[in-house]
Amino acid sequence: MRSFTYQRAESAEQAATAVATRPDARFISGGTNLLDLMKLEIERPAHLVDISRLPLDRIEETDEGGLRIGAQVRNSDLAADPKVRSRYPMLAQALLAGASGQIRNKASTAGNLLQRTRCPYFYDRNMPCNKREQGSGCAALQGFNRTHAVLGASQACIAVHPSDMAVAMSGLDARIETISSGSETRTIPIGDLHRLPGTTPDVETVLDHGEMIAAVTLPPPPPGRQVYRKVRDRASFAFALVSVAVIVEKSGDRIRSARITMGGVAAKPWRATAAEQRLAGAATSDAAITDAAEAALAGAVGHGGNDFKIPLAKRTVRYTLAAAVEGA
Amino acid sequence: MAETDHRKGPTRRTVLQGGVATGLLLATGMPVGAEEADTATAAASPTPTPTMPMSLRINAKDFAVELDPRTTLLDALRNHLGLTGSKKGCDHGQCGACTVLVDGRRINSCLTLAAMHQGDEITTIEGLAEGDQLNPVQVAFIARDGFQCGYCTPGQICSAVGMLSEAKAGWPSHASADVAAASTALTDAEIRERMSGNICRCAAYPNIVAAIRDAAGEV
Repeated sequence: MRSFTYQRAESAEQAATAVATRPDARFISGGTNLLDLMKLEIERPAHLVDISRLPLDRIEETDEGGLRIGAQVRNSDLAADPKVRSRYPMLAQALLAGASGQIRNKASTAGNLLQRTRCPYFYDRNMPCNKREQGSGCAALQGFNRTHAVLGASQACIAVHPSDMAVAMSGLDARIETISSGSETRTIPIGDLHRLPGTTPDVETVLDHGEMIAAVTLPPPPPGRQVYRKVRDRASFAFALVSVAVIVEKSGDRIRSARITMGGVAAKPWRATAAEQRLAGAATSDAAITDAAEAALAGAVGHGGNDFKIPLAKRTVRYTLAAAVEGA
Repeated sequence: MAETDHRKGPTRRTVLQGGVATGLLLATGMPVGAEEADTATAAASPTPTPTMPMSLRINAKDFAVELDPRTTLLDALRNHLGLTGSKKGCDHGQCGACTVLVDGRRINSCLTLAAMHQGDEITTIEGLAEGDQLNPVQVAFIARDGFQCGYCTPGQICSAVGMLSEAKAGWPSHASADVAAASTALTDAEIRERMSGNICRCAAYPNIVAAIRDAAGEV
């Protein structure tokens, strides 16, 4: 690990300023991803601003009937919160499907959103990786790419975002509140937080340096049945090969509305809006569900090792939609 | 690459030297100077690195130390405070051998900085027993023979203690059929899911699960 200096932040404003004024400074909260990468010298901050004890650790009701989740709420506390479990069950399910008990006790809400990819070539400093070293190439394109993206990737990078939580939050239309130096704030729809790799895979979000996530706001829970389904290589403590979060609202034997978000398939949670539109007003039939699953993966491209993800994702969308329809 | 040499860990000799220094620390409760405390770090580093004073509360004892900010909680425990019960397995949060309790909650001590835990109540495997009275989870691991080589055991036990508190508080898991249910019975499937952050390469899992099942009734 490279040497760094350490500072415990006194306030959100002070933390944002401390990082903004130093290009080599980083926020640290749970640290479960950052320290892992620092040990490998993939992340090399010279100064760490510890924001883990800032009073951003509450889950509050909003006036509109939703929840405002402080950025420092731990993943385990969020998953255990009775309001989340009863009103946003797919968020609790997604959180509980992620990582281990120990890591969930450390990992923060903001840190989960901002965790970096687990592409093995990103982790291997002996291999080219445009995300780690811009312009060095992508070893995964012709390499071992079983876990990689089938949607939204580029010739520069085919890594996936590993979060389960973010997939559920995307389906719930979460909004990200940030604070910057000078107490400037802004709100970003979760769909706009992460960037697709394009030619700059090293730039993963729209956040500026020193811009700190203060909270995640969930709108009131949409009507309908929520289901989160994760498919992985082992039963626990593994990243998704494919995950799917759906919300289905029925009206008689028709689907009034549906939301479909996929994880493990792209550099960001992937809202399948075309598939959602096809389901709106459709009959609750196998044909409609199959049609939606095809639409969800319409633009998917495999890279050899991950070709299986395309049919796997279709089947998982179908399974999850069917489960939600049945329970709606 | 010299900075990464800490992954090799201290030699047996530096551990023994550290143990002597720590014996003094434990006996006197006095702060240890940077030079003594950082023998292992200094040897692995080409240039001297700045240290910072830290006060850590571990197993109900206060320690004042002077450490490189890079020091993980695990390395602070093992290399600087002589508390070698917490084990270093993968050093990347994947195996759980380093699990300790911070304010009663289980975490991977390898994936956090000592500096971030000033003011916290840290409990390691050395602090679970009350005098000669072992923690019920420790008793159950012995009764059920919940180990073979024993290397993962301190982490397994600390993790199980934290996990049982979580279950008692009504936390659901990925194995729970209904996350909204107020409580969930600790079936073997629940125990296995909730303990998935702890790997046992001897695969003593059947007896680990049995030990935790026994302890669940008593904790």
